[in-house]
Amino acid sequence: MSEAVIKCENVYKIFGTNAQKMLQEANGNVDAKTFQENGCIVGVNDASFEVSKGEMLVVMGLSGSGKSTLLRCISRLTDATGGKIFIEGQDLLKLNNKELINLRRNKMGMVFQSFALLPHKTVVENIAFPLQIKGIKTEDSISKAMDMVKLVGLDGRENYFPRELSGGQQQRVGIARSLAVEPDIWFLDEPFSALDPLIRKEMQDEFLRLQEKLQKTIMFITHDFDEALKLADRIAIMKDGIIEQLDTPANIVLNPATEYVKKFTEEVPREKVLTIEDVMDKTNSESSDLKVLKDEIIENVAEKILTQEKSVSVIDQDNKIVGSINPSKIIQTVFGGRKSNS
Amino acid sequence: MDIIKKYPKVFQWLFLLAVFFALCFAIDVPETYKFIRGQAEFVKDPNQSTFVFLGKEVRYYAFDVFWRLPPLLGWLPIWINDSLFFLMNEWMPMEFWNEDTQEFKTRPLLLQISRNLTAFMTFLIELIREILLGGLETIVAFTSWDFIDAYPWAELPGLPWTIVAAGFAILSYKLSGKGLAIFAGLTMVYISIFGQWKPSMQTLSFILVAAPLSFAFGLGLGIAAFKSKRVEKALYPILLVMQTMPQYAVLVPALVLFGVGDHAAVIITMVVAVPPMILLTLLGLRAIPPEVIEAGRMSGCTNWQLMFKVLIPTARRDILIGVNQVIMVCFSMAVISAFIGAKGLGFNLLLALNQLNIGLALEAGLCISLIAILLDKMSLAWANKQIDYFGNLTFYQRNKNLIFFGGAFIIGILLAYAGSFYFKEGFNYLFEVPHNKGISTADFWNKGVDWIFETFFVYIKAFNTWLIQDVLQPMRALYLRMPAVATLVLVVGAGYLIGGIRSALVVCALTLFIALSPWWDRALVTTYMATFGVIISCIIGFTVGTLCFQNKNSAKFMLGVCDIFQTFPSFVYLIPVMMLFGITDTSVLIAVIVYATIPATRYTIEGLRSVPAGLHDAATMSGVNKFQRLTKIEFPLAFPHMMLGLNQTIVFALFMVIIGAFIGTEDLGQYILKALSDKNGAGIGLTLGICVAFIGLIFDNLIRTYVGKRKKHLGID
Repeated sequence: MSEAVIKCENVYKIFGTNAQKMLQEANGNVDAKTFQENGCIVGVNDASFEVSKGEMLVVMGLSGSGKSTLLRCISRLTDATGGKIFIEGQDLLKLNNKELINLRRNKMGMVFQSFALLPHKTVVENIAFPLQIKGIKTEDSISKAMDMVKLVGLDGRENYFPRELSGGQQQRVGIARSLAVEPDIWFLDEPFSALDPLIRKEMQDEFLRLQEKLQKTIMFITHDFDEALKLADRIAIMKDGIIEQLDTPANIVLNPATEYVKKFTEEVPREKVLTIEDVMDKTNSESSDLKVLKDEIIENVAEKILTQEKSVSVIDQDNKIVGSINPSKIIQTVFGGRKSNS
Repeated sequence: MDIIKKYPKVFQWLFLLAVFFALCFAIDVPETYKFIRGQAEFVKDPNQSTFVFLGKEVRYYAFDVFWRLPPLLGWLPIWINDSLFFLMNEWMPMEFWNEDTQEFKTRPLLLQISRNLTAFMTFLIELIREILLGGLETIVAFTSWDFIDAYPWAELPGLPWTIVAAGFAILSYKLSGKGLAIFAGLTMVYISIFGQWKPSMQTLSFILVAAPLSFAFGLGLGIAAFKSKRVEKALYPILLVMQTMPQYAVLVPALVLFGVGDHAAVIITMVVAVPPMILLTLLGLRAIPPEVIEAGRMSGCTNWQLMFKVLIPTARRDILIGVNQVIMVCFSMAVISAFIGAKGLGFNLLLALNQLNIGLALEAGLCISLIAILLDKMSLAWANKQIDYFGNLTFYQRNKNLIFFGGAFIIGILLAYAGSFYFKEGFNYLFEVPHNKGISTADFWNKGVDWIFETFFVYIKAFNTWLIQDVLQPMRALYLRMPAVATLVLVVGAGYLIGGIRSALVVCALTLFIALSPWWDRALVTTYMATFGVIISCIIGFTVGTLCFQNKNSAKFMLGVCDIFQTFPSFVYLIPVMMLFGITDTSVLIAVIVYATIPATRYTIEGLRSVPAGLHDAATMSGVNKFQRLTKIEFPLAFPHMMLGLNQTIVFALFMVIIGAFIGTEDLGQYILKALSDKNGAGIGLTLGICVAFIGLIFDNLIRTYVGKRKKHLGID
């Protein structure tokens, strides 16, 4: 794995007047209940993880689980109560105001659930806003913003005001604005939650297309497990401020660490999430002529495999056989998997 | 016992009332008691008691403490007065350079500051006034009288009225559209041809100075309060008191600090106009979604950039509503400030009312009302106007209005020039129609008033006598019959039952302040007049509001009417009632009722409207008829909002009762009016103002606490 762009070590965020003192006394053993009795609310409880360059970490949790608080700690919109956060090796909590502003102006971009556009600026002015804040000349910032308008497919609407756009279009502006300064780190706080299901799907695809092109380091917050599975390289599932499990989508579906995580995975259609590699046998048994790529999603190749009677060879990109898969295994995964795995 | 358990609140209230009445009957009226103990501090009388506090001797008529508390705060007005005098005339004398005499002169610091401030304000007002009306003070301020003598052309000529009228019309067009532009134009033409141009422009120049200054201070303080909890906490009590303080009362201290004239009025207007601006700035900034602030931060804004590029533009509408409020307060102050010698429409109105020239008063009043509506509509249009994109417009399209104004300017000057040939003798009507040289309808109105008086005199007189003898006098006697202790028990008990111990303590403190001041009796009279006004207003307001609500169009129409009436400065309401009922308590009460009915009606309609449509449908589907829906669904849900209306009604009524002193009533207002003409009046005026504000705050506290609880209970916000 390449070097960590975001690194959190034992991050705590506790709301309340004497949070700092209580955290010190708790000695790393924070119990939400005792804190609540003393008038403190635990937002993030002992979060440690890394996000490496070009990786997309999706933080998933229901409302009140502390996912947004965690994101705000990492973007330092609020100060973490305890722990350490490193952004590209810099200790975030030690930065002074000026350094922090500098970091935000050059390295970070953020997209918000409610779009958070400035109502008095047009599309292109909204997108150019972070650039103008930086002090870039008006023409340069506008021409750069126009590139962004094209990137998110809003050309022709650049002189509209936010009030004249639909939700999906507004979020495109939000995305373009967050990308205008060409940040390395991209925070998205439930960016698609306020959109209709159809628009949401369209935006997710668009988002994946953008990420393919841009390869940013991403922290993506969502309360939608399906969305997390669709987008993530790795998923962190949070509950009551604690990260319950942090793993790849396939591992979370196959091996949920806690009862809570399992509740989410039960309803998930496995064939849409798992790849052949996740369910294949590593051993190479007798096989038919058909070969499938190990990175294929099961759903896409299930029909082909099911026409075979014998096992099917699994190959990697270099056409090397790495394992095999029996049609019965496919049937088991798709239909019986839920019970047999639980 | 079961009944008590079922309705515990009702029994608590009944018990409270029982205690109250028991106290009322148990405590006899002292034999020596006469209504209003006179101005004890000015009269020497062997029957008086005295005490000395902080070196001030307070004289008063002593009664049984259960009947009337001794005025232990009697030293407060004297003390305020003396402190002010000391600060102004003796504190920190310093050497100051005097321009006129070219030498150093010793002056107390505060006096010097006040004089400089005054001079600055005078300069600003004169500058704008002379741009509008012409004059030479401004030029003289920069040069000297000799300079003007040598170069008479340097005198500012003033703008021809045609140009100002065109300017208003074009600005209205830009802000709102054709309708408002026509209204603005007609208003200006009306003002001009009826000869009210000069006072109107004087009033306008007053607003043009007071409003921007108030806006700047209000915005600044609002931002400070938004940023720091401590500032907000410090400002909060002042804001609260200023909301219920009659504008009339603050005039008195202004008189002492800054003297007589427009400058003093501008400064004191700022004191009154800044609080609503602070409140609306705070409201606007608070209403910004947190994500917008975060978006600004993540874009890398410094604090400064965040405030001026993100927060203020986002809160634009609320801030501009604040501007609207500021303008309206300034305008109403501009009228009332006539009492301390501000020139303009208010001065004319005051003069006409003093001479009982109802016709002239009506004309001035009409002008005031028209300008009030115009200013209100223009500033509201500004607030509601959405920003347009004009990057792709041509130069002409972008600057169309400016070009038109330029054209109007040239035409206006040409017209005025042409006029100077046409009207060779006398006045150039195309330049300015001089005061009272325009068309006047005063005679017509005066005759009308005479006719009304002659025709209906018997009926009006009969009504008047009946009202005063059979309703007002007994009611007043009842209020005065209350022993102070009984009143305290009632008010504090109500506070406790409504809002618990906290509310009880607040209310108790407020009431005690009034009871310990020398003006408890007067405060009772003020309260009785306000109570009478409020009861009638509420009956009218709730009935009219409910009736109008039955039909969408009539509701809308009624709200529009309320909007318009609310913009009129309260003083204007005295004109028609004086016209009909002459100088009596009845006139004041009718003015109170008319004025206070506005919020009662408005809040009733708004409250009923705010009942969610879903509930409406649900009720209809359960098969209720119209009347059932009103009583079972709409009234209970709208009740909290209607109570807020009651709160406003009380404040409006108090304001009007106080201003009614001008006609002659026996309450606190009359003392404020007296204080205005007393060189030692500052302390009295201020204390009286605080007393009135506290009466308002007592009700405010009780009602708001109740509404808050009720809303929580109903789950609406």
